[in-house]
Amino acid sequence: MKTYLAKAAAGAKSVALDDMILTTALPTTAGSKMLDGYCSLFDATVVEKLQSAGYSVAGKLNVGEFGFDVIGESSYYGAVRNADGSYASAAALALDEGGIDAVVTVDINGAPRRSAAQSGKVFIKPTYGTVSRYGTVAVACSGETVGVMADCADSAKTVLGAIAGYDCKDGTMHAQSKIDAALRDAKPRKIAVLTGFDTDAEGQQKIEAFKAACEGAGITVEQADGTLLKSASTAWNILMCAELCNNVSRFDGIKYGYRSKDYTTIDELYTNSRTEAFGDELKAAILYGSDVLSTKNYMPVYDKALRVRRVMVEALNKLFEQYDAVVLPACSKMKYADIDVAPYAVYTENLYTAPASISGLPAVVCAGVQAVGKAFSDGMLLELAKTAEEGK
Amino acid sequence: MRYETVIGLEVHVELATESKIFCSCSAKFGGEQNDHVCPACCGMPGMLPIVNKHVVDLGMTAGMMLNCDINRTTTFDKKSYYYPDLPCSYQTTQLFSPVAVNGLVDIETSQGKRQIRIKQIHMEEDAGKLVHDDWSDTSLVDFNRTSVPLIEIVSQPDLHSAEEVIAYLERLRSLLRFARVSDCRMEQGSMRCDVNLSVRPEGSNVLGVRTEMKNMNSLSAIERAIEYETARHIDAIENGTEELVQETRRWDDLKGKSFSMRTKENAGDYRYFPDPNIMPVVIDDEWFDRIKATLPELPEVKKARYMTELGLGEYDAQQLCDSRALCDCFEQAYAVCGNAKEAANYLISDCMNMLNKAGLTADQLSINGESLGKLIKLVTEGTVSRPNAKKILAALFEQDIDPETYAKDNGFIVSNDTDLLKTVVKAVVASDPKTVADYKAGKEKVLMALFGRCMKELKGNCDPQTLREVLIEEVMNS
Repeated sequence: MKTYLAKAAAGAKSVALDDMILTTALPTTAGSKMLDGYCSLFDATVVEKLQSAGYSVAGKLNVGEFGFDVIGESSYYGAVRNADGSYASAAALALDEGGIDAVVTVDINGAPRRSAAQSGKVFIKPTYGTVSRYGTVAVACSGETVGVMADCADSAKTVLGAIAGYDCKDGTMHAQSKIDAALRDAKPRKIAVLTGFDTDAEGQQKIEAFKAACEGAGITVEQADGTLLKSASTAWNILMCAELCNNVSRFDGIKYGYRSKDYTTIDELYTNSRTEAFGDELKAAILYGSDVLSTKNYMPVYDKALRVRRVMVEALNKLFEQYDAVVLPACSKMKYADIDVAPYAVYTENLYTAPASISGLPAVVCAGVQAVGKAFSDGMLLELAKTAEEGK
Repeated sequence: MRYETVIGLEVHVELATESKIFCSCSAKFGGEQNDHVCPACCGMPGMLPIVNKHVVDLGMTAGMMLNCDINRTTTFDKKSYYYPDLPCSYQTTQLFSPVAVNGLVDIETSQGKRQIRIKQIHMEEDAGKLVHDDWSDTSLVDFNRTSVPLIEIVSQPDLHSAEEVIAYLERLRSLLRFARVSDCRMEQGSMRCDVNLSVRPEGSNVLGVRTEMKNMNSLSAIERAIEYETARHIDAIENGTEELVQETRRWDDLKGKSFSMRTKENAGDYRYFPDPNIMPVVIDDEWFDRIKATLPELPEVKKARYMTELGLGEYDAQQLCDSRALCDCFEQAYAVCGNAKEAANYLISDCMNMLNKAGLTADQLSINGESLGKLIKLVTEGTVSRPNAKKILAALFEQDIDPETYAKDNGFIVSNDTDLLKTVVKAVVASDPKTVADYKAGKEKVLMALFGRCMKELKGNCDPQTLREVLIEEVMNS
């Protein structure tokens, strides 16, 4: 098991990066044998921004293969575990180890949110289009977001401030004025806990404690029906796998990355390279993504998922007419054993994270609980996280 | 039985942009292998596409030139297939909302005038090139052409003969070159054409089995390919020589035959879907109007205007209207000198000669039309003689100079000094009594010898009419 895949000297202000973020100084593998030892020719925009804000990069952290699994278990370099044997993310362990201010990590399918919830860290998945994705290994471009995991809300906020900002190299970014507005402080006044998202007893306790902390700080806490949002998971699985299948198709053994030694024809080169270098979870996602995009399935499956995405955004925005944020668990349980990270487990475990993934809305995890806000309410969500922290 | 051939064309045209469609690499033809590449166009992880606005400008221009409706919201989609010259293993193209739809193109053949319907025009990126190295028996990939912007112009199956196809392609080429969308050079691959062809009994309204043919590199190859394929289809229908299947075929121009590449059953599923990294391109009124305002006058409208308003002959007007560069230069020169006939002559004969010698096409003419106009003015006002004007034009062809300054600096200004003229003429006449005697004896042609020698002495800088008069007077008086 490896936490740091590559370590550099930590400076006074330093962050670690997950291995989806491209750096010239250290290899970037995306947790895959396909990119074992791959060195990028350029730094990701977030790396440039961190450096110009005075941060040094302490190292690169293990991630699940292409970052879309439950918590990182599918990495080619091995899964990362807690002392008690349960599964952990390298990001959380690196923070525990100390010496870094935060971990900058890409939220593709909720893994950093689940990890933060279970390890008691704070994680902010900012509004889609406020942090540049240029230089992150693309998996599910329509929803993945570069976020920040830290020990407390203030640290997360400081590092988010360093990486957020307009970048002309990412065509999906918002204008700087909107990004500035997203980072502005705002006090949450009224929130709702969503029904329909069950979790284990420990998770339920966290929700109760979160409610109590908010009420203690004068925030009104109500309950709202979240049943409709449970459809986000299936729709996101379709969209994510479709985009993943397309995005990883560039890893063909021709230009860089792993190439099988065993081939005579071009088709064998492709097939054997990908067969030998890709893990089972990734292969299943490629097959699923390929199938949903087939001519036969495009309209009944893929296009329908696009329409469900719109319904999800509308449903969430309707809630935000009444509430500043909605609260729900980030995962089904507070510790993952082998059974919880079994093949395909991620497609149901992302029930809790998919609403924010598919809608591009900001989400914060703090004190084991997830809060989702309307677009550009990132600053408000971090305030909410701070409230929960103080009430702990 | 008589048969009708039904043809639809897919024409790919490389756009005349400086940079590629999604990155800032040069889109120029040629260059050292893999010189024009960056992480984006060779498919490195972490790259994101940013749409080159000029590509959309040219896509809209092409759409307007071909009388299409412009989709005010146009989107890009990904088309997946594996091939080593396609670095991302997907091509970014347009399926769901192409830039232009429902167009019409007028063509004229020996059968008369017709209109061909355009189904759509979409923007997309080109693929790279495989270079096979026979020495090591390996294939290498050159990504210079990867992501060079293209438009694909898809016609409805409205064409019925090779003649119509050629007329249609020539019309497209003329319109697109005129609008500076592309240089449309088939031999360099900046215009490529796939032919979808089927055959049916005349009068039938059911389409026959369709085949798609690729790899025709010239208009004449397209003509041969259509004739071959039509005959093959009819032969198959009448004589049962083979079973026609829907397939893609490769034209081999040396063998004069088409060969099956892949059948419909073997065709891949391209798994198109909208590219989430490229936001829909919204064309507002301001943008639409700006492109509309840049559209050139159609070549045939120009030609008619040159003939009726400027009094050019049909041949001259046609010559000019074959090239937008000639037309632009002509119009600028005319605006300065006000003499259409002279401007046309200088362009069609002198400039075209210089272009041919330099191995350039008319579209590559880079003479400043205003300077040409000034030169013509100097000639028609008698300030510069015609032979000297040619020298100035040659200099103008090399770089933009002010003709008058150049004429002064090089002693090309016609002299009004009649004393000098008379002195020279006297000397010449005195030096050659034999020729003078011949002339007096009625051999009028010999005067040209004396005229030429005077002209040479005067370095061409005199009014020929005055010289002639003075010369005759001097000869007769001697």
